[in-house]
Amino acid sequence: MSSGLAAVAQGFRGFARYFGGVLGADAYAKYLEHHRAAGHSTPPLGEREFWRDRTDRQDSNPQGRCC
Amino acid sequence: MAETPDYRRNAARGDGAVATDTALPPSALDEKVREAEEKKWTPGKIALWAAIALLGGVAWFMLAIIRGETVNAIWFVFASVCTYLIGYRFYSKVIERYITKPDDRRATPAEYKADGKDYVRTDRNVLFGHHFAAIAGAGPLVGPVIAAQMGYLPGTIWIIIGVVLAGAVQDYLVMFFSMRRGGRSLGQMAREELGVIGGTAALVATLLIMVIIVAILALVVVNALGESPWGVFSVGMTIPIALFMGVYLRYLRPGKIMEVSLIGFVLLMAAIIGGGIVAETAWGAELFTLDKVTIAWGLIIYGFIAAILPVWLLLAPRDYLSTFMKIGVIVMLALAIIVVRPEITVPAFSEFASRDNGPVFPGSLFPFLFVTIACGALSGFHALISSGTTPKLVEKERQTRFIGYGGMLMESFVAIMALVAAISIDRGLYFAMNAPAALTGGTVETAATWVNSLGLAGVNITPDFLAQTASNVGEESIVSRTGGAPTLAVGLAHIMQQFIGGTAMMAFWYHFAIMFEALFILTAVDAGTRVARFMLQDSIGNFVPKFKEASWRPGAWLCTAIMVGAWGAVLLMGVTDPLGGINTLFPLFGIANQLLAAIALSVCLAIVAKRGTFKYLWIVALPLAFAAVVTITASYQKIFSPTPAVGYFANNAAFSKALADGKTEFGTAKSVAAMEAVVRNTAIQGWLSVIFVVLSIIVIATAVLATIKAFRTRTDGTASKGNEDPARPSRVFAPAGLIPTPAERELMAEWDKVPAELRFERAGHH
Repeated sequence: MSSGLAAVAQGFRGFARYFGGVLGADAYAKYLEHHRAAGHSTPPLGEREFWRDRTDRQDSNPQGRCC
Repeated sequence: MAETPDYRRNAARGDGAVATDTALPPSALDEKVREAEEKKWTPGKIALWAAIALLGGVAWFMLAIIRGETVNAIWFVFASVCTYLIGYRFYSKVIERYITKPDDRRATPAEYKADGKDYVRTDRNVLFGHHFAAIAGAGPLVGPVIAAQMGYLPGTIWIIIGVVLAGAVQDYLVMFFSMRRGGRSLGQMAREELGVIGGTAALVATLLIMVIIVAILALVVVNALGESPWGVFSVGMTIPIALFMGVYLRYLRPGKIMEVSLIGFVLLMAAIIGGGIVAETAWGAELFTLDKVTIAWGLIIYGFIAAILPVWLLLAPRDYLSTFMKIGVIVMLALAIIVVRPEITVPAFSEFASRDNGPVFPGSLFPFLFVTIACGALSGFHALISSGTTPKLVEKERQTRFIGYGGMLMESFVAIMALVAAISIDRGLYFAMNAPAALTGGTVETAATWVNSLGLAGVNITPDFLAQTASNVGEESIVSRTGGAPTLAVGLAHIMQQFIGGTAMMAFWYHFAIMFEALFILTAVDAGTRVARFMLQDSIGNFVPKFKEASWRPGAWLCTAIMVGAWGAVLLMGVTDPLGGINTLFPLFGIANQLLAAIALSVCLAIVAKRGTFKYLWIVALPLAFAAVVTITASYQKIFSPTPAVGYFANNAAFSKALADGKTEFGTAKSVAAMEAVVRNTAIQGWLSVIFVVLSIIVIATAVLATIKAFRTRTDGTASKGNEDPARPSRVFAPAGLIPTPAERELMAEWDKVPAELRFERAGHH
């Protein structure tokens, strides 16, 4: 029973992760990963700064949405 | 890694620019291994594809040949899904093999330009969802509903066959070529490939087409919300909800997107339920019952403010909400159709299929059915999304087939479901809802009389039925609720109430459907205005450099005002049009969208020709020729047809003459002011048609010239790489499709063994 429940929970977590990916919720995590992998010498942006920067850049670089 | 067979290792290495690091496993499957895997037909695989083909064949047979008294909606699902699978498995592979020729040894922009922000390698399945959410909107939900006037079969054939041979081909090719060019936009590619004249024409056409598309989408919202206090309240509430989400994400809990989307979703549901309660109260009904002109002005003012507010405050949070709803709703609708399986009583070809005076949209089946259903079969607007954003996120070249071609197949499936929802309602009800008030008279009695007088087989509606349906969905009236959205909402409510909740829930489902359509459209209006504003600023910037500065407020505000003014004028024209609005303007929407498709395909044609692929050029030329013939014929008829219902100028002349003769009412225009409005509107619509078609012909002609030039100067075997970014070796591997093949799994296992620090080059350039 508990293993079935665990499987459901895992399935749900997987779905939530996928859905979050589609929405772009994992952008900061991916930025950190890139920052680490690229071996920058400067410290990465903080979470708050990153999201701020992200939406502010969209101000001058709009993305279309379809009809 | 030692167990990697030598033959594979060496063959996949390649040489020159794409030679990969020998310390790493290959970044692509070996060509021979991949070919062998693809060409190996096991009995199981043969049985599977035979079953898919058989099921699809049976489904098409049921829809197209048998056409009994009723047809079950499940056949639409089988016919479409089986055709999509076959198109994806076989036709898109032909395109891959002979036209795009992806090379997984090459790094994609997400790899060689990686910045952790705009260029980020994204899991193919996540990117599929992301891309789908960006291309799918209200278009595929509206066009098929309006086209149902002609019966279910013409629309079904065009949506399914059109997407396989045209729409998905366009999306895939544009995405691939943009990816090879570092994620350049369609406009930039047009300038590079077609030269100054073709490029400028493409830019101006794109700008105008955007104005028309935004205006007509806005018209759909206005028509759905007019005289509907429930709808106005719940859709209006999306603004404070989005503002709250924006502040939450900016100041309270940055980056918690899932969390805030869930909160937003709950608030949205509360707004729908609350709307029902508010609309019941005397003050609520008085405050939120607005006529269409007021709503149109509200939308125009909103559009301006939304486009100058910072993205984080309104646009970004509403985008999350809209994506959340989009995927949820589409999954739910698919489930409901499969579970409920409604019986369809609409004939395959209706009485209007062979005539050109249908009340929902005028014009004959060819070409007007093909422009009425644009999104879902072939949508030029997708080319703007497929170039630019998505190509910057693709992980491996081969994945573009899954994301570009496959994503468009999904959108087509949405269009099929919208069609099913629209034709599952009573046919008489369909015409009462979708004919302009000038014909139905606007009341249940006159509408019932008018519908019954059409002489449609099996149609006999009563005023009581219309009144009952309106009260079931919680509306004052459903007569002449044109624009497609209300019809889809009634159809969806009709299906969903059989799935969850019964008749008591119909009003909720109706307003739920109106809400998500309005959400998609408002997002498209905002984003469209912003993109158009930047295009305008950029263009003016060529003459007045100051305008190129995006942060220069006066320039930004002025250009926003111009764009909002342009679509606002078209919107008001549609709202106040004595002839009905949607029926005169919707063809223009479809023509505009498909002219954009013709432009995108022209750019692809020139690129494919320049790459030296002439034998398979027909793969691009076929949809381009079809789109060109359809849109140019439709434009020609809109401009030159002597039938006033079809031709803008014929109508213009008829009304001008009536005015000159001193008449005070003519046709459906009941006053001199209304007649003058028709004269003005038809002139504007007519000239817009002329401008669109002339610009598009210029673009197509320059593309054909570029193609001929490429054919003349072709050199054997050494096709130029044109404007592509230089090839760089890839240092990653990922499977191409949804499910990894055994060979891909094997290679992935090898990559899993590589220590993380070896996988990425330590970038020294930062």
